[in-house]
Order: sequence, then C-alpha cells, then structure tokens
Amino acid sequence: MRLVFSYEFWRVGVFAIALGIFAGLSGSGHASPPASIIDGYLAEAKKGNSAFKGFSPERGRSLFFSNNTTGKPETPSCTSCHSKNPINAGQTRAGKEIAPMAVSRSPDRYTDPKKVKKWFRRNCKSVLGRICTPTEKGDFLTFMLSQ
Amino acid sequence: MFRTRMFSVAAAILFITTASIAVADERYKPIQDKLVSKECGSCHMAFQPQMLPKRSWGKMMGELQNHFGEDASLDAADVDHIKSYLEANAADSGWIGGKFMRGVKDNMTPLRITETPHWVYEHDKEVSPKAWKDPKVKTKANCLACHPRANRGYYDDD
Repeated sequence: MRLVFSYEFWRVGVFAIALGIFAGLSGSGHASPPASIIDGYLAEAKKGNSAFKGFSPERGRSLFFSNNTTGKPETPSCTSCHSKNPINAGQTRAGKEIAPMAVSRSPDRYTDPKKVKKWFRRNCKSVLGRICTPTEKGDFLTFMLSQ
Repeated sequence: MFRTRMFSVAAAILFITTASIAVADERYKPIQDKLVSKECGSCHMAFQPQMLPKRSWGKMMGELQNHFGEDASLDAADVDHIKSYLEANAADSGWIGGKFMRGVKDNMTPLRITETPHWVYEHDKEVSPKAWKDPKVKTKANCLACHPRANRGYYDDD
C-alpha cells in the first residue's frame, strides 16, 4: 500500500505515460509500418467487393512472376528488374542496383506510403500497361512481407 | 648549389600544380538538394544540372511519364521543386555559359547529356568503341562505371 503513494511510484508512472504518448505520436508520424499501408488497400478492396476475403501471398507471388504482353516490351515482368528471387538485389535498366524487395532483406521497404504509391503507379504501368487494383497491391505487399 | 636546388624544386612544384590545374577541369558542383538527389537518383545516378540548358530540364520535367521510355512520374509539388533546382543550376544559369553550352545552338534542346557536343567531344577523344561494350558499362548513362566519383561531381579520373 505504501508503494502507491511513494514518490518512486509516481515518478515511474509519469515516465511510463510520457513514454506512451511519445510512442503514440511517433507511431502516427511519417514511418508507418507496411501493415497500415496494407490496411488501406484492404479498405479499398472491400469497398469494391463486400465479399472480399483478404489478401493472398500466393496471388502476390504469381503476380510478381507473371509474364505480360500488355506493358512495355522491355519489362514484361516484375522480375525483369527485381531479379527472379525477392531476397536478391535487382538492377534498373540504367544499371543501378535495386535493394531486395523482400521485407526480411530490406526492412525499411513499404514504410513510406508516398513511395509505395509512386512505384505501384510507375511499375504497374510499365509491366501491365495499366494501374494495379487494390487487391493486386495488397497481394503483392503480403507476398513481400512473407519473404 | 643550394639556390639551384631550391629553384628546381620550385619549378617542379609549379609544373605539377599548373599541370593538375590544366587537367582538373571536369568538376561540377555536387547536387545539394535532398529531393533532387533522391528522385533523380532512384534509377540512375543523379546527373549534375550543369550538364544541360534550362530549356532541356524544363522540357524533361514536363514529360516525366515518358522519361526515355520509362514512367518516372512524380506528384506536381515534387516536379516543381526539382524543376526549379535544375533550372537554377543549369549549364546556362550563370552569367557566362558553362562548358556544356559549347556547340549547343539556340534552337537545340538536348535531352540526353550523352548527345551534347561537349560530352561527345570529351568521350570521342579518349574512349575506344570497345570500352563501351564492356558489360560493366551497360549504358553510356552509367557515368560511375568509369568515373567512380561522378556522383560527387568529379570526372577527372580518366
């Protein structure tokens, strides 16, 4: 009982609350984890189809390895630049190295929503010749998180 | 005796410094803008803006959705920011035109640095056609293959 009113108790309590507030603030800041980006695509996917069950790493895998003729001839597949294994580094057509796509190898990937949006916009157009659906984006990210 | 030796040492120093000044003229201010470095350097090395005229950067930033066959589109705010930096530091941004303005006529808007007269002159005189076929070069846009400090604006190491 004495502990509750002790100075030490309050000091620890105030510190814990301050820590909680700080963590909350920095959590809602710029560095959002991949999960929250995926949640955004999930909401969009459900809007289009109320029976939507959830994202699938297998569908993400087949999208990543698919060969397409609807996009640019130089880039028929994601693997044209990102290598045939997500844990390996890729190479741009201009010769610059691309960090591996797998979250296990590149932990800071898919944490910046603006960057994720930019590259889906650019690369879906290059590879598929169209924008990707929210389901495709969610599947892709789910696959990369599993790698 | 001492005097002669001093003289030859001084002469040697003078010779070395002037020789290096004469050679060391392919240096460009490194890019100092974070967004420019990041966005222009995602797929290739971010080339120094001193290598193309203002009008070239303006045209390029207006057609990013087809950037040499790639979609390099950005949101409007980032396009504006990058474009102003490139134009402010372009080959013709100073009161006297930079080296990359040599031979660029008023009606020319080069988009590839590798097609500017200055670039062509500098590479034709020293690079054999065979060197371009080296697999580590891959493309003429890959400055770093032969100039390891190119991203810091230093091209004097040939």
